Amino acid sequence: MKGKAKKISRRKFVVRSLLGGGGILLGTVILARNPLRRALYGVLENPKNLTYLGDISDPMLWFEIRPELPIILHSPKVEMGQGTFTGMVQLAADELEVRPDQILIKHAESASGNIDGLSTGGSTSIAGFWQPLRELSATLREMLRTEAGKKLGVATADIRLEEGVASAGLKSLPYGQIAQGVTEWEIPETPALKEIKDYKFIGKPVPRVDLEAKVMGEPIFGMDAVLPGMLYGAVVQPDKVGVVFGGAEITQAEKMPGVVKVVVEDDFVGVVANSYTEAEAAKAAIKVDWKREREWTTADIKSAIQIGKGDKMLIQKEGRPGGILEDAKDDSSLITATYSSPLGAHAQLEPNGAVASVEGGKATVILSTQVVKLTRKEVADRLGFKEEDVNIVPTYLGGGFGRRLHTPNAVHAAVLSRAVGKPVKCFLNRKEEFQKDTFRPPTQHQLSAKLSEAGSIEAIEHQFASSDVMFNAALLPGFLSTIVGSDIGTMRGGRIQYSGIPNYRAISWHCELPFATSWWRSLGLLANTFAIESFMDELAVAAGKDPIAFHLDHIADNEEGKRLKNVITAVRDLAAFRDSARDGRAMGFACSTDAGTPVAMVAEVRMEGKEIRVDKAWMAIDPGFAVNPDQVRAQCEGCIIMGISAAMYEEMRVEDSELKPIIYGPYRMAQMKHSPKEIEVEIINGTGKPGAVGEPPLGPVGAAIANAVFRLTGQRLREMPLARG
Amino acid sequence: MKIRLLINGRDQEIETDPQTPLLWVIRDILDLKGTKFGCGKAACGACTIHVDGQAVRSCSYPVQLAAGKAITTIEGLGTPEAPHPVQEAWIEEIVPQCGYCQPGFMMAAAALLEKTPAPTDAEIDAGITNICRCGTYYRMRKAIHRAAELKAPVLPEEAEAIAIQDNSDNS
Repeated sequence: MKGKAKKISRRKFVVRSLLGGGGILLGTVILARNPLRRALYGVLENPKNLTYLGDISDPMLWFEIRPELPIILHSPKVEMGQGTFTGMVQLAADELEVRPDQILIKHAESASGNIDGLSTGGSTSIAGFWQPLRELSATLREMLRTEAGKKLGVATADIRLEEGVASAGLKSLPYGQIAQGVTEWEIPETPALKEIKDYKFIGKPVPRVDLEAKVMGEPIFGMDAVLPGMLYGAVVQPDKVGVVFGGAEITQAEKMPGVVKVVVEDDFVGVVANSYTEAEAAKAAIKVDWKREREWTTADIKSAIQIGKGDKMLIQKEGRPGGILEDAKDDSSLITATYSSPLGAHAQLEPNGAVASVEGGKATVILSTQVVKLTRKEVADRLGFKEEDVNIVPTYLGGGFGRRLHTPNAVHAAVLSRAVGKPVKCFLNRKEEFQKDTFRPPTQHQLSAKLSEAGSIEAIEHQFASSDVMFNAALLPGFLSTIVGSDIGTMRGGRIQYSGIPNYRAISWHCELPFATSWWRSLGLLANTFAIESFMDELAVAAGKDPIAFHLDHIADNEEGKRLKNVITAVRDLAAFRDSARDGRAMGFACSTDAGTPVAMVAEVRMEGKEIRVDKAWMAIDPGFAVNPDQVRAQCEGCIIMGISAAMYEEMRVEDSELKPIIYGPYRMAQMKHSPKEIEVEIINGTGKPGAVGEPPLGPVGAAIANAVFRLTGQRLREMPLARG
Repeated sequence: MKIRLLINGRDQEIETDPQTPLLWVIRDILDLKGTKFGCGKAACGACTIHVDGQAVRSCSYPVQLAAGKAITTIEGLGTPEAPHPVQEAWIEEIVPQCGYCQPGFMMAAAALLEKTPAPTDAEIDAGITNICRCGTYYRMRKAIHRAAELKAPVLPEEAEAIAIQDNSDNS
């Protein structure tokens, strides 16, 4: 983190002239090891033997300058709502000396070589692009300046660049014209970057680049894709968990109106028809014999996720917490509490689907995906194609949140397209979307502590049980799991981040479920922070202290600690925090540090009958540096509301081996009426370098609400969802 | 069966099963992709459109019921050059994140403002029941209040001023 950032060397830039010298493509190989390190932040101090999963030989970022504007920036990362594209355009525009609207950012197709093997997620995109994208842009700017000097017949030093035009005195040339006819480009040493204070767009609340398209309803999502002659597909999915395919009866479906073909390949059963409704109707007429070995219920799920079951791993230890807590049990000074969180669905609005065209040994698949490279591999493997014969065309995502790290839907569409020799669109219906989700795992947390006579923490322990987050995901190669030995995704937020405590430890229990659980925005952070920060509040009460003062007493004076203290005092002052109920309202506080970004939150609640209402929320965040303060604010607002939804309302159940609910409404989620009427966000630029933003604000939401409810009603809510109906 | 539809001011004849949900006619036959599929059970509101000015969840609305009625989708609500006040407010407040649910919300908000030109927070809570996973409700509420301002008829004194100006132009 410290010291001067290493510049990209010249040999890592790749330059190609467009055919006939009609323009320039300039790209860079980036993202070497850092994003993976960042993903592992706080879990592995020294990641060893980790290698970059992408293609080192191909550029990861491409600029394309054609005779006419806009300049095209091909992005290996996808836009799933977090404003990444806007941030990238800001980074590029300032160093390139163009306006944001003079750059068109596009999702790179895998056939262009821009494959990012790391996926989009983990709140890493802008942090990862901060240095390389600005350096690439500055390099391209200087290359254009040099060529402009030659074309205008003036010294390079006399060329002025502004809004995509090079000028010297009365002579001027737009960038597109400079690139014309140039076949040999010289790549200079990477120029020095501007100072942050000199930026016109970086650090400013630039409107989202996708704003107009999204407000006008343009067809930008995977679900909106169309290919000529396209048919519609549907794939049979089991209702129940833990079942095995035992054969399908398809004769009735084959006779249904509009049906082109019923496709059976091993345990894959799908139908292709002329329309969506005909495909769905035919699918419903297919009878599949699903063989069940046993029944599953919610009680089975609960008993599977228990501390003491599964694989145990010590992830943090100092002093002798075990002995001290054991002694405290004997002399009745032990404070202990158990918390839990339920199985949660992604419930993103755009269903998982794809449009595929498989013809002549080549495949094209258009879809919303967070894992372009993995999607390509899965399609290629299933079709028996080489990966380079499969082109994945990513689109804007109608919500990601980790749901699109698994894309069997791409394989479904490809198999159906191959079977009928025409393009096929197919996607999950909402019941399937809920039942085939890769859920947020249920968790259980046991917190234990002993306070000193002065009321500070003498010993603390966090034990937590969860099913998979990462290692069923096929996202990371197997060797990583052997290095780590446990599921690092579940650990996010699971460590004790407080200092001055002589004895502490955190222990993870990795348990098994009969269905996939995986990444859900912020992974373990929401549940772990709910448990730890609720418990910190219980300890503050036991110590007779104001919860914020109690937190501040347990934070180190190092750089990380100072940043955490800064967000805590900022939110305290912003909310004018008070530790007691007044006029039927009460406040609750919680904080967390995730992926290097500290966040603190105060929630104010009141009761409306038996319903908890969160009327106001205040949040302070230190993302290091906010490339776009408006979008950092938007992520905080969004995380507060998604956090209210997940912490208070959402819960999947298992009844008669079937995952339920299967529809919005019964799957309770926050709506307009549940959203706070006031949200205030304070952003602190604590390091001058952007860090994570998309997930860290989720951390404190559940605990801040539960702690507020305690101050209002005296009741401790230790189980999510807090408003179990 | 042949059905005549008046979509975004254009007369169109389509041929389909009369029970087909209007959503799929709009998306797959008329190729207007701004109206979204979210759940197919009228539970999320992503498919909200207007039929004779009323907000309708088109995934659960058989196309035959729309015959001869005026249908408006997001594409007919406004254009980049002439956005509807709701779209203008959505741009001012920078509401969308992923953006998928937003057309349904804007259609629901536009219909609400036709019935309730200056809605209170409680009226917005009761009237807007769509689902947004990114959690943009906070900005949506601000945008709905702002759209109400943008849509409000000009104040009497302003109207008078405009009338005087018009008269002087005519003279």
